[in-house]
Amino acid sequence: MKIMFKGKRVIVFGDRDGVPGPAIAACMRAAGAEVVMVATECFV
Amino acid sequence: MDMEMQATIKKLVDDLGTSDLVVVIGAADAEVAQVTAETVTFGDPSFAGPLAGVSLRLPVYHILEPEVKQAIPHDIYDEQAGFLELVADTEEIGKRFKEIRGKIGMV
Repeated sequence: MKIMFKGKRVIVFGDRDGVPGPAIAACMRAAGAEVVMVATECFV
Repeated sequence: MDMEMQATIKKLVDDLGTSDLVVVIGAADAEVAQVTAETVTFGDPSFAGPLAGVSLRLPVYHILEPEVKQAIPHDIYDEQAGFLELVADTEEIGKRFKEIRGKIGMV
């Protein structure tokens, strides 16, 4: 199934040891989504 | 997910509603990603935070799922997230996230 993010509002949970929040946000904006919140969690 | 973050999400959903709202997660560890995903979908599993007993049923995706990757321009994806594809267990992550979405009636 093809996922479309265009027109969606997105909450982003990045990870310091994974993909950081701003990087995910950049991907989502490029996919046509509106980013409404960006967080980068640290689990250590 | 800490209490402050749960409170922020709850307020966001109260203000915006859940229509067209999705969550995208970037944790490299499948277990960590799953707990975060389940918290925003079914509520706080520790029953301690503001999302305890609050089932927001938000669709959750992981940035490393192949279906998510397909929705993003390749050059941007490779630059921002492609590096983690080499080290994370993308198959396991995809399986867990599909299961979670399946529980709320999404593929």
